Amino acid sequence: MITINNLSKQYNGTKVLDIESLEIPAGQAIGLVGNNGAGKTTLFSLLLDLIQPSTGHIVSNEVRIDQSEDWKPFTSAFIDESFLIGYLTPEEYFYFIGELRGQNKADIDALIASYSDFFNGEAVGQKKYLRDLSKGNQKKVGIVAALIGKPQVVILDEPFANLDPSTQIRLKKIIKELANDPEVTVLVSSHDLIHVTEVAQRVVLLEKGRVVKDIEKSSATFKELEDYFIGISESHAPVAAALTEEE
Amino acid sequence: MAFGALYFIFAFGALGVGSYFIIEKFIEKGEIVADNPFQVVNGFLIYWVFADIGYRYMLQKMPVANIKPLLYLPFKKGKIVNYALGKTLISFFNFLPAFFFIPFSIVLIIQGYSVTGVISWHLSMLFITLSINFINVFMNNMDKVFYPVLAVIASLGLSQYYGLFDITAYTGPMFMFFYENVWAFILPLILFIITTYYAYHYFIKQLYLDEGLKAVAKEATTEDLSFLDRFGKLSTYLKNDIKLIKRNKRAKMTFIMGFFFVLYGLFFMSDLYSSINGMKVFAGLFCTGGFLFSFGGLVPSWDSSYYKLMMSQNIPYREFLLSKWWLMVAATVVSTLLCTFYLYFGLDWWFGMLAGAVYNIGFNSSVVLWGGAFVKTPIDLMTTKKAFGDSKAFNAKTLLLLIPKLILPVVIYYAFALTINEAAGFIAIAATGVLGLLFRNKIFNMIEDIYKNEKYDTIAAYSQKN
Repeated sequence: MITINNLSKQYNGTKVLDIESLEIPAGQAIGLVGNNGAGKTTLFSLLLDLIQPSTGHIVSNEVRIDQSEDWKPFTSAFIDESFLIGYLTPEEYFYFIGELRGQNKADIDALIASYSDFFNGEAVGQKKYLRDLSKGNQKKVGIVAALIGKPQVVILDEPFANLDPSTQIRLKKIIKELANDPEVTVLVSSHDLIHVTEVAQRVVLLEKGRVVKDIEKSSATFKELEDYFIGISESHAPVAAALTEEE
Repeated sequence: MAFGALYFIFAFGALGVGSYFIIEKFIEKGEIVADNPFQVVNGFLIYWVFADIGYRYMLQKMPVANIKPLLYLPFKKGKIVNYALGKTLISFFNFLPAFFFIPFSIVLIIQGYSVTGVISWHLSMLFITLSINFINVFMNNMDKVFYPVLAVIASLGLSQYYGLFDITAYTGPMFMFFYENVWAFILPLILFIITTYYAYHYFIKQLYLDEGLKAVAKEATTEDLSFLDRFGKLSTYLKNDIKLIKRNKRAKMTFIMGFFFVLYGLFFMSDLYSSINGMKVFAGLFCTGGFLFSFGGLVPSWDSSYYKLMMSQNIPYREFLLSKWWLMVAATVVSTLLCTFYLYFGLDWWFGMLAGAVYNIGFNSSVVLWGGAFVKTPIDLMTTKKAFGDSKAFNAKTLLLLIPKLILPVVIYYAFALTINEAAGFIAIAATGVLGLLFRNKIFNMIEDIYKNEKYDTIAAYSQKN
């Protein structure tokens, strides 16, 4: 479904992303992990053609993303609040996205109803504009909007952040359902290793823009990831110790 | 803002120096009946006080936004309140009156008024100003009181004007009292101390996240815009654009201001201009195109806060542009109807309006969008700051586009008016406008290319937060 070739992104001579090749078959659910600055959001922005690759390119469903716009009808995403229209109510926002994706009002009403447990009585039907909602509720709206119109590629950047525990559990269920759908390719990033290993079928670990690990998920995956990040934090420990000594 | 402030400082200073002598002239001519200019000023001071309260209520806001981060820091609450109240003291609103009162007091002393009396009077005015500053602190959200009081004051002014009842006869001596008694400034000083005390205690009670520091969210209202569905695919964007204008301060202001341009033609009525027919063309363009110029020049920046969404959804640029175009056309038509009153000034004025309107609709509507494509300044929809003249919104390309927008029609007018006659000039402008419609798609193609070429730069520019 998605093929990445020699993809890199540079800012002022610094490579923030450098992926030689990555192949994501249709229907797979990929979890992206990595510390801040690892390049997760950069990769997502490249997948949505929001930034230009310095070298290489991405092909999604035989469409080269930086050359054609034909990926738009089958791709949807929620990256951050700049994907929300602050002066609309959640319902109006859903209708707007729905109209762009060829859904009528009834389709959207049905969709909102089907996610009523995810909204948990919040966010929708509140007589509030999106800009006045809490961060968690904004996120809920953004995620559900990204599911409108049966997209084949769904990209969610840190969807678990800011959500309350019940909503996190419901979201995991939603993403697992998407993951099990052979038609839908899912890309999810998260700082929470437990969430990622639970919902993804494959985990890609980025570090300073490079793919450090690419593992099919198994029961050992969580331990492997955790050990890796413990290793990174300990590798900085002597530096930190040296710094305190200097003081 | 800075220009406005300088203007007021200058105006107040000039009044402070000059008003004594101006009023003296009026008294000599017998147009104002009074013993001396000081008496006249004292009479009108009551309106000054009311005006001061009025514009502070509307314009001077409490600096609550900056207080929240202080709450978690190890400060005593009293200190935070003192800081916030102290900050209101250095407001422009407190300095502005000084630009009048200081020169005026000096003039009084030069004119032989008692020095101690003038000092007492001056201190009184200072303390009254500062008291008003603190009264404003607890005057927030008192619209129900404010507007009736405003009505009472307006009617007081009117009844004075028509000689029914003169409040200044009672308040004038009150202000004179501060001059006549050297100790009298103590009374406003006491008022100042009382208002400070109450402002302090009022504010300290408001210092909770769910009290004074609460962010007030307006209840969302949804309107049925389904009648727009007849526009087909375009309705999706039209509905959004109408909500954009209705629900965002900045866009709403641009919309309303756009219609104020209808009155712009009145500036051209003076003898200096009215003999120049080219001015009628100018007036026609401005009066009918206020919204068109101010709104269209900032497309696509209106959508800057969610531009990433727009760019990752399946949105054809053409439909996005057309929706804005129709909005501008509709606003221009409405402005043109409002301009009908120019008939009063003569048929040729009205022809100027009509010609300008057709040119705006046919030609400028596309050219304005073209200019907007080069503007990459994100717009914060929620504030009206920077609404007047964002310096970044002007660049060489947008300035260059002023030529087809404003100068070309004048040239066309003269080309035909001087060779044939005036009517031919107007008709030629309108005809160019109609021709412009044929070029609309050509211009739109160019705009689309700009949008596409500049896509990544635009996204990057819009994600910069100020």
